[in-house]
Amino acid sequence: MQVPSPILELKGLRKSYGAIDVLHGVDLSVFPGELVCVVGPSGSGKSSMLRCCNRLEQSTGGQVLVDGVDITQPNVNINTVRQQIGMVFQQFNLYPHLDTLGNVTLALRKVQGKPRGEADKLGMAALERVGLADKAKAYPAALSGGQQQRAAIARAIVLEPNLLLFDEPTSALDPETVGEVLKVMQELRESGMTMLVVTHEMGFARAAANRVIFMDAGSIVEEGPPEEVFGAPKHERTRAFLARYTGGA
Amino acid sequence: MESLDLFLQTFFNLEIAARYWPDILSGAGITIGLSIVVTITGLALGLALALLRALQRTWLSLPIIAFVDVMRALPPLVILIIFFFAFPLIGISMSAFTATWLSLSLVLAAYAEESVWGGILSLPRGQSEAARSTGLTWWQTMTSVVLPQAVRIALPPLTNRVISVSKNVALGSVVALSEVLNNAQSATSNAGNPTPLTMAALAYLVIFIPVMFGARRLENRLQWRV
Repeated sequence: MQVPSPILELKGLRKSYGAIDVLHGVDLSVFPGELVCVVGPSGSGKSSMLRCCNRLEQSTGGQVLVDGVDITQPNVNINTVRQQIGMVFQQFNLYPHLDTLGNVTLALRKVQGKPRGEADKLGMAALERVGLADKAKAYPAALSGGQQQRAAIARAIVLEPNLLLFDEPTSALDPETVGEVLKVMQELRESGMTMLVVTHEMGFARAAANRVIFMDAGSIVEEGPPEEVFGAPKHERTRAFLARYTGGA
Repeated sequence: MESLDLFLQTFFNLEIAARYWPDILSGAGITIGLSIVVTITGLALGLALALLRALQRTWLSLPIIAFVDVMRALPPLVILIIFFFAFPLIGISMSAFTATWLSLSLVLAAYAEESVWGGILSLPRGQSEAARSTGLTWWQTMTSVVLPQAVRIALPPLTNRVISVSKNVALGSVVALSEVLNNAQSATSNAGNPTPLTMAALAYLVIFIPVMFGARRLENRLQWRV
């Protein structure tokens, strides 16, 4: 049987800010259709790793291969690559001067040059997928946190990316709106979307992920199916971290 | 009653007003025209400088900061005098209109740059990161996401500055520009009566109160819609 090639492959990824190393050579592969959750304590380098995947952060060593192309190379057109990699941020980062549909369609119109009518149609379809079609004309300030994050997901998926990066998508949300965002993410997973998710939602990681990565101090400490990482962690550091999060051993 | 009569005869002398209103009107025309071109060139240059500064290249930012600080530190009158009286000594002569236009445009550009730059700085970094993450170029991010927000934030200080710089067109009287205040002063000397100055004051009110209304309307219209 032929092994599918990974959509995203990190090889010896390093990142340092001045003298401070935040990633010490991370190796990771994400395969088509997979949902990979990255968990770990704050400052473990999870977000830095994620942000290196679309070059929002410049890595200082190693490779980031997207469909086999090393995007850390300066000759790569990063703007083309980024259309293939959607990103959802902790703080949503919706554009406050545009309505929801305008947020979703901006890149369609500016980057892909689609006429407004066509962009609006695709934008509405994306809003439909996240259950926000009725908020198309609302401005971000009028949306709840959960709605804003769903709009941000629509903005990312409207470009039909091969890979979606989530940077703690529920950490800024009220507890009661976390569920609606996780539900949308679950539906995306069922539709076959490949996702790399940095999260503190252990319940979601356990229920939805194909693989869980535990990171600490800039390295991957442990990775495996969720039942293994959560049920029988091999490393002391994983156990200590999970104990703090689940309130037991 | 006699003192009121004297007051009216001095400041609201209809006979003198009738004689000098064409001068006041042509002066007002110069003031309005110059205000408009100064506003256009000053804001355009200020916006361009803020954009260049946003490139975050030290060799670009440092001269911009130096320019902005010098222009804001010097009284506009000094800049005007340099253009009109000093530049001819190095072979660059210009009309009173050009000298006033250039000096006020540079002053407005300096303030506009600072206001827009402040607006750009006040935006969360996530705004441009989100735009870049969807494949927008730096320039597209600036024009579609950053500047529309930065300019809204900068609008109140910008409109204040436009009004204040436009009133500084009156400094042109120093270089014999026949704007409204200069014409009013000449008329006052000729007539031996300050009624033309009263007319100039009225002209300022007629010119600038609508500008202030317009500015307020613009600010309200561009508030975040919810």
